[in-house]
Amino acid sequence: MGISAYLALASVLFGIGAVGFLTRRNMLIQLMSIELMLNSVNVLLLAFNRAYPGNHDGQAFAFFVIAVAAAEAAVGLAIVIAYFRVRQTIETDRATLLKY
Amino acid sequence: MTGAGATLFVVTAIFAIVGALITVAARRPLRAAMGLLVHIVSLAGMFLTLNAHLLAALQLLVYAGAIVVLFVFVIMLIGPEAETGPIEGRLVSRSTAGALTLAVFLVVATSLGGFDAAWVTVDADFGTVEGLGFAIYRNALVPFELISITLLVAIIGAIAIARSPTE
Repeated sequence: MGISAYLALASVLFGIGAVGFLTRRNMLIQLMSIELMLNSVNVLLLAFNRAYPGNHDGQAFAFFVIAVAAAEAAVGLAIVIAYFRVRQTIETDRATLLKY
Repeated sequence: MTGAGATLFVVTAIFAIVGALITVAARRPLRAAMGLLVHIVSLAGMFLTLNAHLLAALQLLVYAGAIVVLFVFVIMLIGPEAETGPIEGRLVSRSTAGALTLAVFLVVATSLGGFDAAWVTVDADFGTVEGLGFAIYRNALVPFELISITLLVAIIGAIAIARSPTE
């Protein structure tokens, strides 16, 4: 078992996250699905860096991905709270304020 | 990869997939957050098999310690309205989503499928705090400073967005 097991696992996890983001209508769970996809990319970066360990570029990229995910979660959850204050729901189907 | 590393990989992979499925399929957002927690902790264990010790610690600190707690806070703040059905939406959007996801998965799996690399040995400081810290501060100092500014802007933006308009 080599690096390919990690690649297969990362694509499975990315697929699960994509299913969650596309099929759920709950804004919080959609944000969690984005976190799943970012995490699967981290697995991929670390696996490739482990396969070619001449430098730390993949791990440095994963470090920045984690930092960006933290910023994304903070802003996304703030948007969820602001949206809930306006509409009293967190379903994305009812986010139609800019539609008409 | 042999022995204990392979065993740890299999165990953490199973827990990561189960946690991800709980996150995506849970009816209650709090259960989804707990599934995300299982997923993140098992991925931190998997990072250890990839010689990424510092990133395993960061995964626990930032994801399990900050992001999941933030999710739980927001779920508690919103209350019972946070709960909606398991898989909502019309049949058209659901089947389109399924087809798109299958297409993405097939593209990724076929492009990665033929690849395999030898499990080479690494230096003693690969992935440790010292090794990765030197790599970041020597080769990625400007991105490191930019990411700190990004986090500061995100904090200010989150406060500005979530503040109630009456204040």
